[in-house]
Amino acid sequence: MIQLKTKGRPYNIIGPIVGRVTRDPDVEAEILLVERDSPFSSLPRFKSIITPLDIGNQIDKPSVCNVQNIDHLCNGDIVVVNTDGIINTLYRINSHHNFLLLTERCNSNCLMCSQPPKDRDDIPYFYDIYTQLIPLIPKTCSELGITGGEPTLLGRKFFQLLQQLSFNLPETEIHCLTNGRAFASSNMANNLGRLSYSRLMLGIPVYSDYYQLHDYVVQAKGAFDQTIQGLYNLAKNKVRIEIRIVLHKLTIPRLPKLAKFIYKNLPFVEHVAFMALEYQGYTPHNIDKLWIDPVDYSKELSEAMHYLSDYDINVSLYNSQLCTTPQDLWQFSRKSISDWKNSYLAECNKCSVLEDCGGLFQSNMMKHSDHIKALLQKS
Amino acid sequence: MKERLTRKFLPPDIFKKSAGDTYYLLPFKFHRITSKKEVLINEVGDFLIVPVGTSALIIERKINREDHEELYADLIANFFISEQPIPALAEVLATRYRTKKSFLDYFTSLHIFVITLRCEHTCHYCQVSRVTADKSLYDMSKEHIDAGIQIMMQSPNPHLTMEFQGGEALLAFENIVYAVKRVQQEALIRDKTVTFVICTNLAPLTEDMLVYFKQNNILISTSLDGPESIHNKNRHKPFDNSYQLTIDGINKCRKELGEENISALLTTSTLSLQYPNEIVDEYVNQGFRNIFLRPISPYGFAKHNEKKNGYETAQFLDFYKKALNRILQHNLNGYFIREDYACIILKKMITPFPVGYVDLQSPAGLINSVIVFNYDGKIYASDESRMLAEMNDFTFQLGTLGYSTYKDVFYGTKSIEISEVFLNEALPGCADCAFQAYCGADPVFNYATQGDMWGHRPTSSFCQRNMEIIRYLIELMDSDKKIEKIFRNWITGKN
Repeated sequence: MIQLKTKGRPYNIIGPIVGRVTRDPDVEAEILLVERDSPFSSLPRFKSIITPLDIGNQIDKPSVCNVQNIDHLCNGDIVVVNTDGIINTLYRINSHHNFLLLTERCNSNCLMCSQPPKDRDDIPYFYDIYTQLIPLIPKTCSELGITGGEPTLLGRKFFQLLQQLSFNLPETEIHCLTNGRAFASSNMANNLGRLSYSRLMLGIPVYSDYYQLHDYVVQAKGAFDQTIQGLYNLAKNKVRIEIRIVLHKLTIPRLPKLAKFIYKNLPFVEHVAFMALEYQGYTPHNIDKLWIDPVDYSKELSEAMHYLSDYDINVSLYNSQLCTTPQDLWQFSRKSISDWKNSYLAECNKCSVLEDCGGLFQSNMMKHSDHIKALLQKS
Repeated sequence: MKERLTRKFLPPDIFKKSAGDTYYLLPFKFHRITSKKEVLINEVGDFLIVPVGTSALIIERKINREDHEELYADLIANFFISEQPIPALAEVLATRYRTKKSFLDYFTSLHIFVITLRCEHTCHYCQVSRVTADKSLYDMSKEHIDAGIQIMMQSPNPHLTMEFQGGEALLAFENIVYAVKRVQQEALIRDKTVTFVICTNLAPLTEDMLVYFKQNNILISTSLDGPESIHNKNRHKPFDNSYQLTIDGINKCRKELGEENISALLTTSTLSLQYPNEIVDEYVNQGFRNIFLRPISPYGFAKHNEKKNGYETAQFLDFYKKALNRILQHNLNGYFIREDYACIILKKMITPFPVGYVDLQSPAGLINSVIVFNYDGKIYASDESRMLAEMNDFTFQLGTLGYSTYKDVFYGTKSIEISEVFLNEALPGCADCAFQAYCGADPVFNYATQGDMWGHRPTSSFCQRNMEIIRYLIELMDSDKKIEKIFRNWITGKN
């Protein structure tokens, strides 16, 4: 697991400070990492200092001292230094898996949520740090995720952040995860349409073709109707859409029917992602309702994916291991797990297709298919 | 962490929209497919194949969520029933309906120019062509060509198709060259794209013509009736060499123009009906990837002869099924070849997209999608309308080139009269037919075979033929997943 957080003793920090970190005092950055001797002469250029040393009382500017570990920070990474001395990494210069978590609030409460919502008003805080972050992200950033919670709960601030992104990072592909329910209001969808943001794609979950099952999975009455209406309103506004389906015991039985529903009713979507279950968040709690060994859903998955692919709808399979996936679906399998939560079993080291396999979520080391086994080279 | 784990989750029942077992019917129709199965079809053509008797249970409100869990969900998800009087997603259904009918959005696209009536063939099923050298009588005049182009260019459709027919169109090659050049100039000014098609038996084909087709991106549509013995008997010509000329022509066109720019059409004669396998195999042997098992045109047969029409229909259906099975067998053996008539129907059944095929659409293809300018300057509602005219029946003549305005032709009394009967949604016997969404209206056929434009469905060979073909396609799909997959590949063109 890649570390995204560290902590030290704060000095003079009165509000969150967002900035690029560097160990080289001559490089353009906002925050200086001081590992040994402090180059006091160049300090005035920086907004803040982060250091494992115990030198807090010697520096006359916002700083975090006695930090346990700063090895995970690379020059150019962007962090937020909080008033309590916690330093969160917001953007990693050497990763393709950067994302902005806009809020931990959500209007759904999915049974298998990997990042359960928290009911506290975090929107002003996140909005503040992201408006500082966005201008600092390198223009060469190829892709950036937006996630939550439910990002559309930011309302007008959601559109302001998107506008800022399109202005500052015109070349960056933006992928935003949302349940799409807010777009049942045509005003919301029209607002997004007006941005004409061709680099933006919304990833929206549809778990069943039958409303009651979808609403049960997302634990929100009326959610299915809102999401489908939302998808129509978005399509009318030429917003790019990806459908996301989490594969578990509740969604598998109607999966081929869901594929048909998507082609018949939502043929305008650009991509359909089928995602194996992540053993994280609510999932362990609801595991009896959700668990089905991936080997046991091969037939339904195969039927659904080939059906859509036959009709030229792009499909991908995420979070699955090749050894538990029928070989005719390998063409759709993607190494999708973000680097910071990706793992492999010991058994996997012997595998001949390890290079092409997406592996497991770190969290799934405890709960995975019973059929994971190294595939040996065919002679 | 503690807070997360104790957050309460609600049971599935909470998410029902209605508590009881009442539900509302959305518009749908049904039809028995086999002794065991029936099909339910909704307004946008989505269908469910269910056990016989299911529609009765649905209508009598004997279906409920608990006892028929999967069916109940299927019916809701596919817009057959709703738990609210007006379903929350009615707008989705409306959008889908508009999409299905969007072939109407741009109005008439296909403009057929009967560039000459002269022909060097004497096919026994052809009622119109003349073997003669008299150009002045049987070729379309430049004045009429100009007037036809003028009307075509007034079509609101940005994508036009100009199709040259005969007689043998290539006998009037100079007139084609003249017309194409005029249209290219006009299209540039009016910002339209025009697809050119020449229907020809390829007998008069020369090297110069091929060069010209290539330079002007002209598509070639020819006739191949099957193996040599059948083809030459159907398509009679001095020296009995029609087949060889056609095959040579096809090969030359493929070489010079590319395979995708030459297609062949089959005309099913009484003789052909005995040779379904041989005909299919001929198309496979010649390397074709599609074959169009077109029904026999009724225009040569006696009018009002129900018995004879019925007999012909049964024979044709027998032929069609045998040929279709042969085609499926080739596909199962790994050779991709599709049947075009089935494709038209299947696309309506298994995709959400519109299909504009002039002989099987509602509103009908005539006027809405096609218009015909005859060699003598007369304007007709469809190709079949001009066939009737050759038998001195001018019912479907809409005007005359050079005299009639665009408005006279497309919005005149005749067009309005025809429009009364060109919707199968509003025709007796069609209005409540399960296959309505897959079928069409054909006032000219009704008139030609039954004496009036409304037609009488129980004795209509159009109806009998389409009902059975559609039923058969559903039966095939339901019987074998492999066939369903082949049908899907026919639509997508994948192998």
